[in-house]
Amino acid sequence: MVRAVEGSGVMRADLLVEPVAGCDEALAVVDGFDRALAGGLLRPRAGADVALAALADAVGGTPLGPLVTEAAEKAGAGVAGEEDLVALAGARVAILGSVHDALVARLDEATWRTREVWPGAGEVTQQSANLLAAARSWLADVARVGWHGMDHELVAGAAPVVSVMLPDTGLRRLATLLDGFAAELAASCPGATLERVPVRRWADLWSRAMLLTEPGAAGSRTVTGAGPADVVAAAGSSSTTATVTGRLLPLGIDLHEHATAVQAQIHAVLEPADGGAPRLVRASVSVPKPDTVVGMGVWQLLRPHMSLIAAFSEGRAMDLADMPITAEGDLRWSDDKARRSEPADPFAAARLVLPTATAACTAPLARHPARIAELVFLEGYKVADGVLELSGGRLVLDTDRIPEASPLTPELVRASTSCIGLVRWDAGTFTLQPLAVEAPVKKKATAVHAGAWAGGTADKEGVQAEKAAAEAVTVLRERAGKLLRK
Amino acid sequence: MSEWEELSGVRVLPAARPRKLAKVPFVELADGRLQGVVSSGSDIERVYVSSVAAGDFAFACSTNNNRPCGGVRGAFCKHIEAMIDEAVVQYGGQRVARYLHVDLGSMAPNATDIRSLMDQVRPSASAAKPAAQVFSRFLRHLAYLELEPTTEPLPELQWFAPSRAAV
Repeated sequence: MVRAVEGSGVMRADLLVEPVAGCDEALAVVDGFDRALAGGLLRPRAGADVALAALADAVGGTPLGPLVTEAAEKAGAGVAGEEDLVALAGARVAILGSVHDALVARLDEATWRTREVWPGAGEVTQQSANLLAAARSWLADVARVGWHGMDHELVAGAAPVVSVMLPDTGLRRLATLLDGFAAELAASCPGATLERVPVRRWADLWSRAMLLTEPGAAGSRTVTGAGPADVVAAAGSSSTTATVTGRLLPLGIDLHEHATAVQAQIHAVLEPADGGAPRLVRASVSVPKPDTVVGMGVWQLLRPHMSLIAAFSEGRAMDLADMPITAEGDLRWSDDKARRSEPADPFAAARLVLPTATAACTAPLARHPARIAELVFLEGYKVADGVLELSGGRLVLDTDRIPEASPLTPELVRASTSCIGLVRWDAGTFTLQPLAVEAPVKKKATAVHAGAWAGGTADKEGVQAEKAAAEAVTVLRERAGKLLRK
Repeated sequence: MSEWEELSGVRVLPAARPRKLAKVPFVELADGRLQGVVSSGSDIERVYVSSVAAGDFAFACSTNNNRPCGGVRGAFCKHIEAMIDEAVVQYGGQRVARYLHVDLGSMAPNATDIRSLMDQVRPSASAAKPAAQVFSRFLRHLAYLELEPTTEPLPELQWFAPSRAAV
């Protein structure tokens, strides 16, 4: 039954299949730039100058306008400097930011969700200018030759920069991004023989990385400063002065990984102790890893570093006291500010508390359609051919995002009657990534979570995977112990 | 652009498949080579650094102290064979064959066939001696285990979904 009454919490999926005004036009501008970048900006291909001018036009009415116009002209003539490339990346990020905003507004309408506004406050983190400059220089070299002109030697240039950056957690955002990006480029070398190129993806990764080389863009730690980087910092980071106290109800775990990094993000609802409206929040933990640590191994690496993982696996809430939180709704987790609380059923919380929760906003520089991961609860749908149909609309199921070490399977999703998931958007389509479902298992309705094995498992198959993964890490640690400290 | 080209979240690289690491603790497809580190069967302190180049399959094997491997005379030694076998487990035969430019034709991409196809072109020993470089990449790989975790969110990892589906 569809109750189209405000606040009913029933998603209006019909809104998610209707076109969003202006999106196609904005993305056409982005695509033009992305093709120019693919061909390399040292010897721009025919038509690149037109595409670059269109990018500049699109931000012509903004403060970026004059800067980007100059950068586009220089790039069209094959003489773009590093600062010009940063300006072009900034324009692309700004346009995709506007697409993000339009999509999120549509999503909020469909989910009846209230969203906070960006407070505009920011901090500056002091980062090593030399390392940022080294990263920028590599990214500029890549842009000059383009995806079709890259070779092993050029791509290998990222490794020394990444190695020096990784130990500094303040530079982890850029380092982790560069590491994953460079690995994809390396596996695709030489570019001259590439049959197809992930044009938008690589332009996304390139432009995000380019922007993160701007001092302060990734800043989010503790140093408050004043200076020219303030403008960037205000848009790229978020206030850390806020803390929250209350009961945290974890609803699901989202996993991100590339060959040499993994991050678990727990989506949760926070019920403030002061009786304020519940808030949608996230808690994240990430760690670099060797590429041979996979499957259950990644949970083993993450587990010891956030008590919320164990609490989630046990089906418990946690009580938070003065936990720092960013304006983006990211808890800056520290175990000493969280205490195990009583058992809490995620599906009950999804039914009762989630519809009343307020969502956080995204930092201005971080806005991009790929960042959309909106927590929803759905029931009363049908699943057919990988598509979830409800209330006159449809969401394509993205079951590929379910972690490898997980009891949740595409088959269970197909048989499910209710679902906690993340609505995402890619290439013109809203999708649903299941985080948990209620489905009949041996004729009994059972809740199955994608992240159920994060804290460990008694499942027979899971236990074997635990053992094999632990062995792999033991072998590597033994080698590291022998070789790295000689 | 095709839809694939328009996807921000498209999986470019599949995750490595789990494998036992005791015999061959490290393999990678990098710098235009399949390269790796293979444990000595007899001495726990000794490892061999092996590599095969893409295209001409020029091969090399030596200890990490640059002592030549006794078994590598005019053909792949057992270390190189073990490295190829484990690379096929980790990356899948298709990806290994594609990277090395082994033309599988209609053959199944298993390690035995990939090795025999490379043997057929009678590869020769590599003029380059990449052992030091490969070994330092192995050390860099191991150093990833020593890095601190963080609970600061890394928003850019949204672009990197886990992958159940092979690419």
